[in-house]
Amino acid sequence: MDIKYYPGCTVKTSARNYEASAIAALRYLGVELSELEQWNCCGVVHTLSTDDLMKQLAPIRVLKHVEQCEEREEVVTLCDMCYNTLSQANRLVKDDPAKLKTVNTFMECDDSHGGYTGTVRVVHLLQVLRDTIGFQAIKKKVKYPLRGMKVFPYYGCMLLRPGEVGIDTPEDPTIIGDLMRALGAEVIDDPVKIECCGSHHTVGDRSIVFERIERIIGRARSKGAEAVVLSCPLCRFNLDTRQQEDRTIELPLPVFYYTQLMGVAFGLDEAVLGLNEHRIDPRPLLREIGYQKKGEYGRITT
Amino acid sequence: MIKITTRRPASDLVERVAELSGQSIFACYQCGTCSSGCPFIEAMDLHPHMVLRHLMFGMEDVLTSKTIWVCASCFMCAERCPRDIDMARIMEALRQVNLRENVDHIKISHMTEAELEGVPQIALVAHFRKNTG
Repeated sequence: MDIKYYPGCTVKTSARNYEASAIAALRYLGVELSELEQWNCCGVVHTLSTDDLMKQLAPIRVLKHVEQCEEREEVVTLCDMCYNTLSQANRLVKDDPAKLKTVNTFMECDDSHGGYTGTVRVVHLLQVLRDTIGFQAIKKKVKYPLRGMKVFPYYGCMLLRPGEVGIDTPEDPTIIGDLMRALGAEVIDDPVKIECCGSHHTVGDRSIVFERIERIIGRARSKGAEAVVLSCPLCRFNLDTRQQEDRTIELPLPVFYYTQLMGVAFGLDEAVLGLNEHRIDPRPLLREIGYQKKGEYGRITT
Repeated sequence: MIKITTRRPASDLVERVAELSGQSIFACYQCGTCSSGCPFIEAMDLHPHMVLRHLMFGMEDVLTSKTIWVCASCFMCAERCPRDIDMARIMEALRQVNLRENVDHIKISHMTEAELEGVPQIALVAHFRKNTG
C-alpha cells in the first residue's frame, strides 16, 4: 500500500522524529508513506471570519495540488493542526461553490492545472491505522508488547473539534487508547485528555501553558500514568519542553508520539524513532520494560 | 433607578460581530456551559457567557477585554453549546474588529530570541494569525 502524505512545516523541523517514526512504523506494517511532491504551509489555524477567504487559499492550494497534479482522492496528515485546517477549509468550499470559485480564481495563474473541485478526503494518520490497516492487524504485528507500561493518551483539540471534522467522539475519544491497547500497554484515562494544552500561548504567555500542563500532567500522574502519548507536534512541545521548564512539576512525565511507541513495540531502532530528541528523556522508562538501543529487548524487568 | 427601554443599543458592534462570525448572538440563554468548560477561564477577565451578554447590550468593553486574546479557539465551548452558538467564532470576530483597525495585538519585532527558542512553526504562525492583522 502506498499513501501520500502532507507533512506541513513542523514535521519537517521540530517534529522530525514524528515523521521518521511514522515512516518506519508504517513501513514495518507494509505501508509506504510518500511525501507530496509540492506543498505549502496550510496556515495552521482555520480562519473563523466569514469574509476572510484569503486565508483559505493556502489550505485549498494544497488540496488542489493533491487532486489536480497528483490525481489522488486522499491525503494523509500527521500534524493535528494541519489535519484540522485542511479539513475545515475543505468542508467550507465543498459546501459553498461560490467561495470555491473565488478561491480558484485567485489560483488561476498558479499553474496550468484546473481548479480544485472538492473531491479530496483529508485523513489523519491515526484514521489510516484504525480504519484502513486496523488495530487487530497491528496487534498481530507486535513483537514486544508494551507490557506493564502505563500510558496516558492525550488528544487535545484539533483531532476532535469541531465535531464535524473530528476523527473520534469529541467528549470521550478512544482512538489513541485503542491503539495503545493493541500494542500491549495499559491505558490511563481521564477527562482532561480533551482539554487544550495552551496552544500558541507558548509564544506570548507561557504562564497560561504552565497552568494547563500542570493540570494535565497532574491528573495523568495521579491516575498512575508513567508517560503521555499524543499526536500533535504543538502539544508535544508544550507537554514536553514546557513541562521540563515548569519548576512546579517535580516528577516530569515523558511524552511520546504514538508512532514512536509503535516502533518500540515493533522492535525498531531507537535512533530511527528519534527518542533522543525529547526534552524529558523517555528512554529510562523504556529500559524498564526491557527495550534496548537497537530495538532489541533485554531482560524484561516488569 | 433602572429604566427599561425598547430602544436598540447605540453601538452597532453586535451586528458587526454577528456578520463576521455568522452566529446568532441573541440565541444565547446564558446557561454558562461555555464558561464552565473553558480551559482558559482563569486567565480571563470576562467569562465567555459574559462576553455574549455584554455584546447583547452593545457594551464595547468586550473589545478591550483580555478574554478575546486568551481564547485559543480550542472549540470546547462551540462543541458543547446547547444553542449551537460557535463562541470561538465570536471571539475571533472581536479580535478581528480590533485588528482591522490596523492595530496589532503583539509587536513581532519586540520578541526576544529567548522567547522564540525552539518554538515550533505551528505555534508561531498560529500566534501571529490570532494577534496580527
